[in-house]
Amino acid sequence: MSLLEIENLRVSVQGREILKGLSLAIRAGEVHAIMGPNGSGKSTLSYALAGREGYEITSGQILYRGEDVTALAPEERAARGMFLALQYPVEIPGVTTMNFLKAALNAQRRARGEKELDAMSVLRLVRDTAAALKVPEQMLRRALNVGFSGGEKKRLEIVQMALFKPMLAILDETDSGLDIDALKLVADGVNALRAPDRAMLVITHYQRLLTYIVPDRVHVMADGRIVAEGGKELALELEAKGYAGIAKDAA
Amino acid sequence: MAAIQETRERVASLGDRYKYGFVTDIEMERAPRGLNEGVVRLISAKKGEPEWMLEWRLGAYRRWREMREPTWARVHYPKIDYESAYYYAAPKLSPKPGSLEEVDPKLLETYEKLGIPLHEQKLLAGVAVDAVFDSVSVATTFKAKLAEAGVIFCPISEAIRDHGELVRKYLGSVVPVTDNFFATLNSAVFSDGSFVYVPKGVRCPMELSTYFRINASETGQFERTLIIADEGSYVSYLEGCTAPKRDENQLHAAVVELVALDHAEIKYSTVQNWYPGDEQGRGGIYNFVTKRGDCRGRGAKISWTQVETGSAITWKYPSCILRGDDTVGEFYSIAIANHYQQADTGTKMIHLGRNTRSRIISKGISAGRAQNTYRGLVSVHPRAANARNHTQCDSLLIGKDCGAHTVPYIESRNSSARVEHEATTSKIADDQLFYCLSRGIGQEEAVALIVNGFCREVLQQLPMEFAVEAQKLVGISLEGSVG
Repeated sequence: MSLLEIENLRVSVQGREILKGLSLAIRAGEVHAIMGPNGSGKSTLSYALAGREGYEITSGQILYRGEDVTALAPEERAARGMFLALQYPVEIPGVTTMNFLKAALNAQRRARGEKELDAMSVLRLVRDTAAALKVPEQMLRRALNVGFSGGEKKRLEIVQMALFKPMLAILDETDSGLDIDALKLVADGVNALRAPDRAMLVITHYQRLLTYIVPDRVHVMADGRIVAEGGKELALELEAKGYAGIAKDAA
Repeated sequence: MAAIQETRERVASLGDRYKYGFVTDIEMERAPRGLNEGVVRLISAKKGEPEWMLEWRLGAYRRWREMREPTWARVHYPKIDYESAYYYAAPKLSPKPGSLEEVDPKLLETYEKLGIPLHEQKLLAGVAVDAVFDSVSVATTFKAKLAEAGVIFCPISEAIRDHGELVRKYLGSVVPVTDNFFATLNSAVFSDGSFVYVPKGVRCPMELSTYFRINASETGQFERTLIIADEGSYVSYLEGCTAPKRDENQLHAAVVELVALDHAEIKYSTVQNWYPGDEQGRGGIYNFVTKRGDCRGRGAKISWTQVETGSAITWKYPSCILRGDDTVGEFYSIAIANHYQQADTGTKMIHLGRNTRSRIISKGISAGRAQNTYRGLVSVHPRAANARNHTQCDSLLIGKDCGAHTVPYIESRNSSARVEHEATTSKIADDQLFYCLSRGIGQEEAVALIVNGFCREVLQQLPMEFAVEAQKLVGISLEGSVG
């Protein structure tokens, strides 16, 4: 059975239809990539999966571990093990990164009926996770994402992924704005989390990231639909022919 | 955050947002309704005051009769009928308890419920408490320990009897009897409050705190606090307030005077949580308060920190007179207004001496249909060479029906002065909220987290015990403001 099954999903934002009947299935243990030009609806898909307000699902459904999650609030999806690494992580002034992570971690645990972690346990856990991804401890004491470089913000998203250990991780253009070293670091973090019971959906504009995170399947998106699918070699083909070429082939 | 978690649990268990809304059923003794010389005389007699104090009150009363209520603040309320209120209410049977054992158990229970146990062994170590219930002080803890250090901490009614000279010298010296309508009214009818004297060179060995509780209905509370820090001394004072839930509006008109002599420092913190009224704006306390500190000696420092979450209306401008050379005044404020609350609050920094410095950080949060105004004055007098001020006013709006207003007045009559004013207005952004939600943090907790972050600079100024309490309060005050 698929871990994630999206069936004929239609999503409107402010009355405008962006996703126009998108279908996609990911099995546990797999890493899928979604590629597509700007404006094809990639970020809309990621927000719709996370349950963001304003992304109205007009038809179709999102089955996650067999459950239709379309009516669930974002925090309920998070507690069930869905995670979205944002393209533009948000700054929250005055809230230290450590405090934020602790609040998030314990909110998820609470929702699952698990015991909350005390301050010391959280501190240790976050520190160790951060260290493994070469995120300096000093960064954890700063206000969340405030004054962080693009690379630091993206790395912190990966720290969160490692911390929450989601069943389904969606990475929305995590590679954008990263130099090659930062890109490798992020890819290492993602690869370290690959597991038989976990699935990942990597959304990207460029083939570059897929050299480091090798996907099992590649989907090409255009105008709110999947227009082509294939193995990892599809990404290379795309690089050579461009989106226009693939879209033409598909049509 | 553990604090937020606790808040949620506490709120959930109560199923109500204002947890201090209960009434203690205790027999009260009151003065007759309305205000006249007879009532002033009665209050003075009840307190066993000396003649000079009565004369002082009567002078204030006669003056008040000729004054008019101010209308310049951005607050709206129906006319207050001063003749229908009670001006004195005290629990019967406990005129003046000599020790905690003599305090009516019902009162002890009330404070217990409020989270302020008055049994010394249960108290937070290092915090002495004076508990004021309606018009009288019902208990003061750790008096003996403070006396060892030479610190006087007692109800002001007791100070007027036992330390008459000190009170006479300083009372009304910072907020003159005729200062403003509400302060003058207070001068005539004030019933109790705290008195603190810290002698020369003494660092007060513990935090001092007063807990004000309004219980009786239709009764105004007029407390008076006087704190004197003698040369080179230091004291940190905390104040907390609550009142029962009622449909009527009750008046609270306090006066607080601080005097800091040469190189003395006073840190005054308030967590104001008077009943704010219900979600439709019915009931709640009118909080019309005059607070002022005088840095009278060279190198003195006065610092105000306030967390204002309660009251239907807040009209309050804790101020510093920077009289001595090299004196420092600070004002750190968080004002939260939700539903139909109205807050008009800020500070005045009056630079009189040379090299005086002041710092203002104000964080205003508006939600629901509330209106929140920062009103502040920075005044540099001709003699105040090299005066410095930095003001930062940040407003946060939650929802689309509330308002934030910033009204800074700046007067500089010395060309070497440097006065800076920064102001920002922002909303809790959708993307901030979504980011929290997508990480599993629920709506209410997310708002509390973001707002606590917004207020962080001010919360950091509070003593530890209060900071935790204040953080929780921030979350509770904004329950139901989003979604």
